[in-house]
Amino acid sequence: MALDQLRGQLIVVEGADGSGRSTQIDLLRNWLERRGYPTVNVGLRRSMLVSRELEQAMRGNILGTRTLSLFYATDFADQLENLMIPALRSGFVVLADRYIYTLMARAIVRGVEPAWIRDVYSIALMPDAVFYLAVSPKILVERNLRKHAVLDYWESGMDVRRSSNMYASFIEYQRQIQKEFQAMQQHYGFETINGNRSPRAVQKELRANIEVILNGKSGLIEERSNVSNSTQRIARPTRTLADRGKGYQPRVSGQPPARYRATHRFSE
Amino acid sequence: MTNTPDESTIAGKLVAVEGLDGSGKSTQVYLIKRWLELDGYKVFFTEWNSSATVRKATRKGKKRQLLTPTTFSLIHSTDFADRYERQILPLLNAGYIVLADRYIFTAFARDAVRGCDRGWIRKLYSFARKPDLTFYFDVPLKTALARILDGRTRVKYHEAGMDMGYSKDPYQSFRIFQGKICSEYRRMVHEYDFTKIDATEAPDVQQAKVREILETKIDLPRYRWQGPVYPQQNQ
Repeated sequence: MALDQLRGQLIVVEGADGSGRSTQIDLLRNWLERRGYPTVNVGLRRSMLVSRELEQAMRGNILGTRTLSLFYATDFADQLENLMIPALRSGFVVLADRYIYTLMARAIVRGVEPAWIRDVYSIALMPDAVFYLAVSPKILVERNLRKHAVLDYWESGMDVRRSSNMYASFIEYQRQIQKEFQAMQQHYGFETINGNRSPRAVQKELRANIEVILNGKSGLIEERSNVSNSTQRIARPTRTLADRGKGYQPRVSGQPPARYRATHRFSE
Repeated sequence: MTNTPDESTIAGKLVAVEGLDGSGKSTQVYLIKRWLELDGYKVFFTEWNSSATVRKATRKGKKRQLLTPTTFSLIHSTDFADRYERQILPLLNAGYIVLADRYIFTAFARDAVRGCDRGWIRKLYSFARKPDLTFYFDVPLKTALARILDGRTRVKYHEAGMDMGYSKDPYQSFRIFQGKICSEYRRMVHEYDFTKIDATEAPDVQQAKVREILETKIDLPRYRWQGPVYPQQNQ
């Protein structure tokens, strides 16, 4: 059964722990649902397939960088194919709490080859919008400590920094991640949102941006004029996916056509 | 993390063994392992799908049929990466002969048959060194099928490619699926310079050939344990 155009919107909110991401997504979800847009939430380490095992493995701190990267990629792919695409096909709004960009940044900061990780994530769909909540590392530390009174091992980059000072490690690691995001912003066209402000102010800006996307969205669109020149928002790809029906149905997947891939600019 | 181009020199040697289920390759690789161990060589054996960390997820995914071609591919690549980073590569660096029962070529074959882009799969596994020697145990499809179906009353779901919908009959599905894998392998013989072994010959005949080739291609004395011969390693 041929796939129709994916009519929904894929909206990504990126940012570090403490950037206010989850708060913003909750607020967005309420707002959208109140307005009659059905939504689906996806995020890192939430797949049915591997989330539990991934979490266990991370608690044990026993995974190598390559393995961790691929574990997350599996988690992502499971959500992409089982949640995101079906939801988009049905015209839902998919709210992604982080996306491939965090995963790529984390991998690159840990020494993984940028070209390799981009190739792995060439399976990802290009979002309709990416909002990057930029918050200064010092404020991130404050917010994280206020929430948990402890800094997360992985968010402090302790597996790669080997520092005895966790505070300093956190700051430095987050700076490196932000640098990667700045580099990606050029290529993928994020909307960088100042996350140092009150949640209300941030939400207002997000809604204004998303409003434009919701209004502009209907079927096949070639280009959006309100997006920076360096990016083209292209409409949904047509992919052939056999639906799960009765009996044995093949689950055929492959890569989206090159121009619809989120990382297409770099894959050869 | 170092970029690991295949060409960089490393102390150990990587020997991979490929072939269809029922080709007899596992028997052969076991014999190689025993020979090298008993003669006092530093050898490590690894097999497909054996990472303790990932295995649970793979098993769950298969059991509950949660896997798509992409996630099937990625979950196996995660398993492989774990074994590669923590065992295969360090042991190669330490000057071992690493014997792999199935290697990246298994993924190339299986994932391609399931519909994954061939280019993407190869890029996915590009971090892995190419083996110094790859034995491909070549057997007519009929023979492989007979051996598998003789030994067991049931064929496993994914082994039969039941997720591909070729047939509702597992045995028919198995035939078709393994046939396609066979074609993929045949294409790779040249691409990756496999050493083909006629797997229809008697096992001891095959093993003699395998040992002869190994001795030619690898300077075995280098890989002896220094000092007294060690008993069989723990793995």
